Amino acid sequence: MTSGLLFALVGAALFALGVAGVVLIDHLLRRILAFNLMGSGAFLVLVGLAQRNGVPDPVPQAMVLTGIVVAVAATALALALTRKLHALTGRLDLPEDADD
Amino acid sequence: MKRFAVICSALLFVGSLAAAMLELAPAAIDLRGPVAAHLAASGVSHPVTAVLLNYRGYDTLLEIAVLLLALLAILAVVGEPGAARPAPAHPVLQTLARLATPLMIVVAVYLLWAGAFRPGGAFQAGAVLAAAGVLLHLAGLLPGWQTPRLRLRLGLAGGFALFLAVAGGLLAQGTLLQYPPALAGGLILLIESGLTLSLALTLAGLFLFLSRDEVAP
Amino acid sequence: MIDSLVWLLLLPLAWATLAFVLGPGRGAWLAIAGLAAQFALAVDLARIVAAGGVAAHVVGGWGAPLGIDLAADGLSAAMLLLTQGVALPLAIHARAYFKAGDPAGVWFWPLLGFLLAGLNALFVSADLFNLYVTLELVGLAAVGLVAAGGGTQQVAAALRYLFATLLGSGAYLLGVALLYGAYGTVSSATLLPLVTAEAPRLVWIAAGLMVTGLLLKTALFPFHFWLPPAHGGAPAPVSALLSALVVKASFYLILRLWLGPLQALLPSFAWLLALLGAAAIFWGSWQAIRAVKVKRLIAYSTVAQLGYLFLIFPLLPAPGALQAGVMQVFAHGLAKAGMFAAAGVMIKATGQDTVAGLAGAVERLPVTFFAFGLAGMTLMGLPPSSGFLAKWQIIDAALAQGHWVIAVVALAGGLLAAVYVFRVLRQAFLQAPVPDTATAVPRTLEWTAFALAAASVLLGLRGVELMQLVMV
Repeated sequence: MTSGLLFALVGAALFALGVAGVVLIDHLLRRILAFNLMGSGAFLVLVGLAQRNGVPDPVPQAMVLTGIVVAVAATALALALTRKLHALTGRLDLPEDADD
Repeated sequence: MKRFAVICSALLFVGSLAAAMLELAPAAIDLRGPVAAHLAASGVSHPVTAVLLNYRGYDTLLEIAVLLLALLAILAVVGEPGAARPAPAHPVLQTLARLATPLMIVVAVYLLWAGAFRPGGAFQAGAVLAAAGVLLHLAGLLPGWQTPRLRLRLGLAGGFALFLAVAGGLLAQGTLLQYPPALAGGLILLIESGLTLSLALTLAGLFLFLSRDEVAP
Repeated sequence: MIDSLVWLLLLPLAWATLAFVLGPGRGAWLAIAGLAAQFALAVDLARIVAAGGVAAHVVGGWGAPLGIDLAADGLSAAMLLLTQGVALPLAIHARAYFKAGDPAGVWFWPLLGFLLAGLNALFVSADLFNLYVTLELVGLAAVGLVAAGGGTQQVAAALRYLFATLLGSGAYLLGVALLYGAYGTVSSATLLPLVTAEAPRLVWIAAGLMVTGLLLKTALFPFHFWLPPAHGGAPAPVSALLSALVVKASFYLILRLWLGPLQALLPSFAWLLALLGAAAIFWGSWQAIRAVKVKRLIAYSTVAQLGYLFLIFPLLPAPGALQAGVMQVFAHGLAKAGMFAAAGVMIKATGQDTVAGLAGAVERLPVTFFAFGLAGMTLMGLPPSSGFLAKWQIIDAALAQGHWVIAVVALAGGLLAAVYVFRVLRQAFLQAPVPDTATAVPRTLEWTAFALAAASVLLGLRGVELMQLVMV
């Protein structure tokens, strides 16, 4: 097994872990961390699977750089919203949706 | 119940994905060849930078739009805050931060220059500069940012505007973001320099616009 | 000659940036001027595509698979036309809606610009990774617009929406990563023959991930949980943009994958999607019938109307199904934009947001309720509206292939839509004294809502041209 394939396998596990975290965890900061775990998993798969024959491939590496910046942007927005919610309610979990 | 179902499906997913990965045949297309073949015409000698700013430069253009957009969304969310009062840190920390900042600026300039032929480039340089800003803020030497005034807005948007202007300018000869090989190196350096400054401000802004004393609603 | 395809991307990016530099609350006229130009470009592109076939642009001059290709066929041109056509009246509406100093309107214009740039870029991209970036551009802009200047419920709705949209694009990204791993390219055109020739198990997983992620972003039942609070809680012009355009973007992408690179795999899931679509129609309509607040009602109606879009998948092998889907996208897009805009006027004018509180409001807002009624006509599918054309085509295609179940669902959905539309109209026509909270609203607000709703009906008379465009 090459290191690239190992990265891809770990990436798949991290992605699933992250998704489970985003779905299951109520605490918003941990949920944001889980989202980042999920993103990192996808990035690892992107880079690792493409170089599973052991030769580095610059195209997915550049794509991951793009993806990281997008993930940073999304994380920052999530943190800003969480902070605003904390300022408004003093809590770090989502209030029940007031359905009407 | 929900927890059990989610964990089971996650395990099932990982299992089948791993099995499918292990049985995968080699890919039909290999882009390493074309990337290397056109490297001379791309204006840079590092393949990742060539992909990032030339072959797939359009992705990068949109990605910078995403970053600027996130900053905008944050500004729209946080609204008008109270005055920020950074608590002064320990004098040793302040002195260290003062010493580290010029070094970080040097490192950032080096990273920007190195991006053309080895790992580095505008993002790395911008991130180091932004980290310097955050460090100064945490040491109590730089206040959190208010709603940005014109000069700051120009700084935040300038890099993206420059990139967009180059992209649009190149369209005059027929194709979006098609650099003439002779000018590619210079244009990419120009874009990267502009981006470094704006990315530094944007990334620092993601922290500094948020880092203001919360006002009770 | 101006390359309409490329300028549809550059123009919104340019005015969004400029509006940001101009500062808080500025840029409305800039945006409206930009949108007017974009509308002209979209019309021009539709003409070019209708006359000369697919318009393409090779960004950077490299060509796929090394570079990124842009391509606009009839479907793309139609979506671009709808996007600019809905956004322009909504921008005029929003300028009157957001008064000076309204915290929700401070950064509305640059956010709108980035949203439209993302949408336009999504509709013309032929590169799966580039599409991921455009998806994020659209998603983050939409979340920012929902959250802008809001209170607790709005911020919570935005966070829910953000997590849903990030999960969705995360799943899509993993799918793209697997495809790149399997084939070494992310270009749609390059992938198509490769996937059709041989699809290992990994590619099936990738297809499942991408479609599931996009379904989450499209809010198809049972992934709709985030939509009613987000679309119901945002300011009315934002709700209109989100319901009319943003959810359609991820639907468009599913359709693109279905007709393009993944056409050998996805049709296996056709009936599953149609089943979810049918469930969405019934569940969304039922919730709309029960809703207390006007905008919740309209948001649940969106959940229901999105269901129709998924009824077409089992019918796609036959001609007419794709046209039916696009007609439904147009009908719902125009009608829902008009309806949310009208609801915004009602809420501003009556000073409250429940259906019950609209009693007697028709006397003070005849134009607004006429607009609401016209939009409702389209949602119910009454002739001669475009909604009628869409449903008629779905039923026609369903019966031609012997799938009468789909025809029954489409008909039942129209009846349920009538129930919730008439709930609002009946309340408005009740005799009631004018409440103290009543305030006058600018005429522009009423007439832009009316224009959108009227367009949704009148499109039914010009539907043939649209369908011919989609055929390209």
